[in-house]
This record gives sequence, C-alpha cells and structure tokens, in this order.
Amino acid sequence: MKEPENRGADVAGEALSASQQAAAETPRWRRDFPIDWAEDDYVSRRDLVKFVVLTSGAFVVGQAWIACKSLLGGTKAAFVPQSIAQVEELPIGGAKTFNYPQGSTPRLLVRTGPTSFVAYDQQCTHLQCPVVPAVKEGKLHCPCHNGWFDLQTGAPLAGPPRRRLPRVLVEVEGDTVVATGVEDSAT
Amino acid sequence: MNKSRFARSQRMPIVNGIFVFAIVLVVLQLWLLTATMNAYLGGDRGTAIPALIASAVCLALNVGLLRYLYRLD
Repeated sequence: MKEPENRGADVAGEALSASQQAAAETPRWRRDFPIDWAEDDYVSRRDLVKFVVLTSGAFVVGQAWIACKSLLGGTKAAFVPQSIAQVEELPIGGAKTFNYPQGSTPRLLVRTGPTSFVAYDQQCTHLQCPVVPAVKEGKLHCPCHNGWFDLQTGAPLAGPPRRRLPRVLVEVEGDTVVATGVEDSAT
Repeated sequence: MNKSRFARSQRMPIVNGIFVFAIVLVVLQLWLLTATMNAYLGGDRGTAIPALIASAVCLALNVGLLRYLYRLD
C-alpha cells in the first residue's frame, strides 16, 4: 500500500523541483510583466513603493543640504560702506531703488523725515514681488497679494508675508546717504 | 512554489497598506522640507537638524516597509 504513496510523493517532488527550476530560469522581464493580472498588480505596486522610498531618500538629501547650509553658512560677509543717494535727491516721502552691495537684488530707500531714511530689500518675503512705499500710512505695500509691512521696522503687518523685509542699514553723512550693511530677515 | 506564508489574495491588501503608509510618510517629509526651507530663508537656523533627523526616521521607516515588502515574496 505504501509503495504507490511514495511513488506519488516522488512525482510531486520532481514536479516541485521542476517548477522551482522553471521559476529560477524565468527572465526578470517575464517576472516584471507577468501574464496573470493579479500578479501584475502586485509587481506594479511593489515597484511604486520602491519609487516612493527613492523619493523619500531624495527628501532626506534635501534636508541634509539645508542642514549643511545652516551649519556652514553662518559667516556673514563684511559690507563696505557705499554712497547710495544724496539727501536733496529725495523729497520727504520719496523713494528710490538701489543695489547694495553691487549685484544684489533691488533695495528700496525711503525718506521718512528731514534727516531720516530707511531702506529695505524690495522683494516681498512672500513671493518676491516688488514692494512699494505707502509713506502716509507708514507702511510698505506688496500689491501682488496685498501684503503690508511696517515702514519703520520692515515687520509684516497684514497679508500673506510672514517674514520681515531684510533691512539695509543706512547713515546720513553730510549730504550723502550711505549704506553700511544688511540685516537678514531673522535679525 | 510560493514560500510566502500569505496567499496572493492576502498579500495584495498588505502591499496596498504598505503603499499608503509610504505615501503618508513621504507627504510628511515634503511638509518638513518646505517648512524647514521657509524657516531657513527666514533666518531660523535651529530647525534644520531636528527636521533632518525626523526626515531620516521617515526614510528608515520607508526602507523597513520596503524590506518587509520584499520578504513577502
């Protein structure tokens, strides 16, 4: 009685090893593009998860880049004083644009009083639209998304901007307005 | 012969679950990256390292999920 069972087990074992061998010999492209629909779904999702993990790695690389910039980019450049305007050039409430240091993004100089001037980066901290002075209201206005900044401090007052405008330090030396440095948004 | 302890019909929900988890983690990483970039441009240097650690943890979880996915085969 046992003999046929053993023979059956042998046949099953041979069939098993044959199927394993066939699976091992199946080329990768055949495994990636199977005929069976359910198996195809399985492979597609597995590859998609692989791609998602790759994206996840890319995000970590981006975070590492920001961290490196934060750790290594702490040194501030020394600014050389630069004449940017004559006092008589601007009426009270008047404004002009300038670049400081040379090659920088446009800056905005505003005369707020007989001897008082303020200067900021002209780019809105929301989406880089140029801000315009509204001296009577004591504000700077970004017309793109109706953002408002305080003229005296550059702090955001209303609208989408959340960071203050980078301030350019200015001094009046005789009849000349001189830029002496730039404070970034955090200071 | 499939050596997996799960049948193919059982594996599909597991794979879908892993996929959803991975997507949620990547969306979290995207939010972290944008928030960190915003803080960095605003001059806040203190958030970069904690955000990097959090993002790396998300990546480790994702790699773990992928490894589990391969072990299903």
